[in-house]
Amino acid sequence: MQINVKIKRYNPEADARPYWAEYKLEARGSDRVLDVINHLKWEVDGTLAFRRSCAHGICGSDAMLINGVNRLACKVLVKDLGERITIEPIRGLPVLKDLIVDMEPFFDSYKAVLPFFINDDPPPPGERYQSAEDRAVFDETTKCILCAACTTSCPVFWTNGRYLGPAAIVNAHRFIFDSRDQGAAERLGVLNQANGLWRCRTAYNCTEACPRDIPITRAIEEVKRALLWRGA
Amino acid sequence: MNRAHKFDVIVVGAGGAGLMAARYAAQHPGVSVAVISKLYPTRSHTGAAQGGVGAALGNVSEDHPEWHAFDTIKGGDYLTDQDVAERFAVEVIEAVYELEHMGLPFNRTPEGKIAQRKFGGHTREFGKSAVERACYAADRTGHMILQTLYQQSIKDRVNFFNEFHVLDMIMEGGACHGVVAYELATGDIHTFHAKATIIATGGNGRMFRVTSNAHALTGDLMSIAYRRGLPIEDPEFYQFHPTGLYKLGVLLTEGARGEGAILRNGDGERFMERYAPTIKDLAPRDMVSRAMYLEIREGRGAGPDKDYIHLDLTHIDAHVIETRLPDITEFSRIYLGVDPIKELVPIQPTAHYAMGGIPTTIDTQVISDGQNTIVPGLYAAGEVACASIHGANRLGTNSLGDLIVFGRRAGIEAAKFAASEGFTELPAGVQDRTRELIDGVRKGKRKERVSHLRRELQDTMQDYASVFRTEEFLSQQVEILRDLQERYECVGVEDEGHKFNTELLEAIELGFLLDNAEQLVHAALNRQESRGAHSREDFKERDDATWLKHTLVYKDGDGVRIDYKPVTLGKYEPKPRTY
Repeated sequence: MQINVKIKRYNPEADARPYWAEYKLEARGSDRVLDVINHLKWEVDGTLAFRRSCAHGICGSDAMLINGVNRLACKVLVKDLGERITIEPIRGLPVLKDLIVDMEPFFDSYKAVLPFFINDDPPPPGERYQSAEDRAVFDETTKCILCAACTTSCPVFWTNGRYLGPAAIVNAHRFIFDSRDQGAAERLGVLNQANGLWRCRTAYNCTEACPRDIPITRAIEEVKRALLWRGA
Repeated sequence: MNRAHKFDVIVVGAGGAGLMAARYAAQHPGVSVAVISKLYPTRSHTGAAQGGVGAALGNVSEDHPEWHAFDTIKGGDYLTDQDVAERFAVEVIEAVYELEHMGLPFNRTPEGKIAQRKFGGHTREFGKSAVERACYAADRTGHMILQTLYQQSIKDRVNFFNEFHVLDMIMEGGACHGVVAYELATGDIHTFHAKATIIATGGNGRMFRVTSNAHALTGDLMSIAYRRGLPIEDPEFYQFHPTGLYKLGVLLTEGARGEGAILRNGDGERFMERYAPTIKDLAPRDMVSRAMYLEIREGRGAGPDKDYIHLDLTHIDAHVIETRLPDITEFSRIYLGVDPIKELVPIQPTAHYAMGGIPTTIDTQVISDGQNTIVPGLYAAGEVACASIHGANRLGTNSLGDLIVFGRRAGIEAAKFAASEGFTELPAGVQDRTRELIDGVRKGKRKERVSHLRRELQDTMQDYASVFRTEEFLSQQVEILRDLQERYECVGVEDEGHKFNTELLEAIELGFLLDNAEQLVHAALNRQESRGAHSREDFKERDDATWLKHTLVYKDGDGVRIDYKPVTLGKYEPKPRTY
């Protein structure tokens, strides 16, 4: 089928400001959006810049705003979008070139919540035991691939870039609810600060944007409850 | 930003092996460590590994490292170095416990231990029946390993240089003194001076048309080492994973068959019963991929063109599929519109894993010849390396085991070396080769398009040098590669900018891929026998008298030179490989 693709372009070495470029091309319904922009880069305009690696929704490189919704370009097919496709960089992070944004602020927020296992007891010679039920409690939040689709779909984050954002809270959840971990109080302390958890206004954009189907809003609510009950 | 950096240990690559290496190197008192990656660490392809990491924990049924070592050696069609396999089978147990101690969320048994499931080629009592050895976290075990190691690296405050593309190794007097890298964001060239350098950059699957590998897997360091005069060991042994999504190559884990899924041909027959009567669908990957090709060739493929095979999960409990195999279920639904709970999934073999690579000792030191001459200051681990644990065919789950066992060892060994050595002065013009490489592409004639040459490379490698090989096709491919190398001299790029010039790097990566293909095809043409993943239709039998030895391929002017290295044998005599 013939499709129309509009891409918000910006080359910092040539353009004063971003502009829209339009392309017409042949595509199959089963093509991923990543296949479409790869085709444009390889056959039409080599200067088009975007990140990509695994091409099947696991590495988290290619989150973009596609037809108004944050998605991974490798996980949405042309047939699910129709013949008009609009692609922009994800919002709220500085655009560096075309669809490439500066990910450093995003990773800084992630690192702020102590996203690593904390348990100072000497480990046993074998594994620490954990029941299948205890393991299931935080299963969903272990799926995060740090693509930033959630955080950059959040209206609070758009207006306040210092808000830690849903991805950071998801990763805090992954440890706070792990029965083996001992760092919950410290993490809840970080989340209880001005730009932490309470900035969430349950807009639900994050949940809708997550390519891994993590119930993010629910996870955020669970962390809020943990903060109220356990204190920080 | 400062463009000259100095660290005791430099790690190139931030997947499982690289992050494990960095962690262990950094634990050595007083040793400074940095990790350089052309991606953000969490984008590394370790994250795409699904099924599990094999270790004889015995949590579900009796198991022993001796059984694991034997399976690895037999799975490798006796080209595996037996001392390496034996040490690996023991150390991988410690390494898995260690990952759990770092918080890795494995699935659990009813008693709360790490859950384990069956996987291809892993057996009890030296081949009697399949054994539950794969420790898993749903079907995202690699994702959990990558995330856990990245989390630890944040805790350990490891130095990262993200989106820095290594384009050369600094070699002087037969030793390695660091690397030269191109910074994507700025186009600046940086020198990383190091006492010890660890290469952990993964595979090269992008030389084939249908592959499970990420776009990033272009064999960069295998090519750079080769250009720098080092050999590549056993490149002819390239694994095709049986269950890639039809046409796309996206991986569907062997863990699906571990949970009971069955391969069926177009007639609905469970054909693996004919090829491997004892363990059937859980035979090693090389055997299953060949069986699939043969079924298709003999007219028993599925679909309108009879060119694929079906993976049948429909008899498995829907809850098991949703909880233990959620990701592959989603891949099938999204990319093919097929629901594995109700329908058969169209699959075909997909280019997956390089058994060969940069040759190393059992302690991950890179060697430069068949006499095990060590290259001071250079280490390699993971898929890019060849220790050789996987021999002629890797067993499923042993790639993740390889990363954690040899990544750890590389970190320890490199730090020990760095702590005992001073910095050597760098040679003059240390960035010259890198500048030449970049300028060559920037000022190229632009007569050839990178994407077109790459597609020709991938198509021809798939058709002439994949699952089945003959002298005729391989010789043809040698000529095709020569032509592609010539035409590569005439590529160029439209993007003349310096910031995020990803077009430039794709062009350079194509040059690396061409070298990788050259290594593979020449070694495959040279080896006149069939062993593991290397299957010659004109030499159908394994020939231990002549070919029980490792290949070493060197670059020699415009051609190649081939040498050999003995296989380290041990208590397991090479026997015919039946399952």
